[in-house]
Amino acid sequence: MDKKPVLEIIDLYKSYGNNHVLNGFNLSLYEGENLVIMGKSGCGKSVMIKCLIGLELADSGRIEIMGNDIMKMDQEDLDEMKTEIGFLFQGSALYDSMSVRENLEFPLRRHTKKFGEIHDTTPMVMEALESVGLVSAMDLMPNELSGGMKRRIALARALILKPKIILYDEPTTGLDPITSKEIILLMGDVQKKYKTSSIIITHDVDCARVVSNRMLLLIDGINYAEGKFEELSISNDPKVKAFFK
Amino acid sequence: MIALLERFFIDIGSFSFFALRFFREIFNPPFEFKELLKQCYNIGNRSLLLVSLTGFIIGLVFTLQSRPTLMEFGAVSWLPAMVTISIVREIGPIITALICAGKIGSGIGAELGSMRVTEQIDAMEVSGTNPYKYLVVTRIVATTLMLPILVIYGDAIAIFGSYIVESVKGDVSFLMYFNLAFKKLSFTDILPATIKSFFFGFAIALVGCYQGYNCKKGTSGVGMAANTAVVHASILVFLIDFVVVLITNIFIH
Repeated sequence: MDKKPVLEIIDLYKSYGNNHVLNGFNLSLYEGENLVIMGKSGCGKSVMIKCLIGLELADSGRIEIMGNDIMKMDQEDLDEMKTEIGFLFQGSALYDSMSVRENLEFPLRRHTKKFGEIHDTTPMVMEALESVGLVSAMDLMPNELSGGMKRRIALARALILKPKIILYDEPTTGLDPITSKEIILLMGDVQKKYKTSSIIITHDVDCARVVSNRMLLLIDGINYAEGKFEELSISNDPKVKAFFK
Repeated sequence: MIALLERFFIDIGSFSFFALRFFREIFNPPFEFKELLKQCYNIGNRSLLLVSLTGFIIGLVFTLQSRPTLMEFGAVSWLPAMVTISIVREIGPIITALICAGKIGSGIGAELGSMRVTEQIDAMEVSGTNPYKYLVVTRIVATTLMLPILVIYGDAIAIFGSYIVESVKGDVSFLMYFNLAFKKLSFTDILPATIKSFFFGFAIALVGCYQGYNCKKGTSGVGMAANTAVVHASILVFLIDFVVVLITNIFIH
């Protein structure tokens, strides 16, 4: 691939006591690419993605985001770097005590460097809500939203800082097939509109087939297999085959 | 046994680090004034009814229980002063603190615990906001500031409850009751009680935040965090009370 990587993980190790979760994991995410990561439950996918945004500290290795080693950054620079990364949590993680509008405004509070002083957040909130097709939900509370709506609002919150990279942690888990399909299509729309690069962690083969430009299988803490969906889905390796049954 | 002791010391260490972090974060900008005001309103205003009710009943019951004994000794005129001093020095702060440990401590533990297990705290961190500063510092400061106010308010209501009994049973006027009540009350009764109320507030919120912020094991962990917050905060309230009374006795008497 001739494009430059926007995100690189080099030799990442992470253990919890004797449980070695990541054993020298490597990854490159290129500009405008949708990279799907699949792996069994508990294989370290979520740990890896949390290391990327500083929610977990890796034992060793290097994580470079747009050429900057985030493991060597101080807190202030790391917080600023986080404006370039949107994160869609598995359970949406909307703030219960805040309305949809306040949920979307929350990330804007500290990032005056990127956007300058924001006097009126309404246009930014509207734009993000329009992107997910939920302008009408602006004044609702999270407990008034369905599971699919929550996931869309969470995506709008991830988009409001106009990130270059979006990390999706099992975006279709817990949703019915129709809503899952809507979310998958929405992810494609978002990529086109915001020109983002994405890492998508999923167990959903349909999701992987539709959104992936490239796939990576995480087995035993390493990148076991990489390639396009079409290539991996016809692999004869039993460990790879198991994911596409 | 050794494993239990080890667990105990690890918990003490982790609690101490959590408390130390508060002093490190409180003086560093940015300051979350808006959230602090919101928490002051939540913690103060929403505890008023409970504190009023318990304060009033304590005043009534305490006077009703003491009256027959004092009457036997012909010392019923000492009742207003005795009740007031007891309430201001000890019963008011302790009862209010225990009520707040139940209401505020468990509330904070459950709220932060549920935020932790639903990844809301992680979401804050991802958005570049320091969740410790936004959630923990504001709640601890708000409770530390609000508890002494609640204690003073609860004391006033309890003394008023005591007056109601005295006016019905002893036909004592409002002015006379309060003259007798405050005549014996000195600055050394009020100051230590107010100072210890700040510590009670700090301890209750700190324990609630610690339990909630470090909540694990999903939804069952949230219940456990709320429960442990109340138990530990109540124990801490008694310990602080003991230490403050000890120090007060050394310096004042």
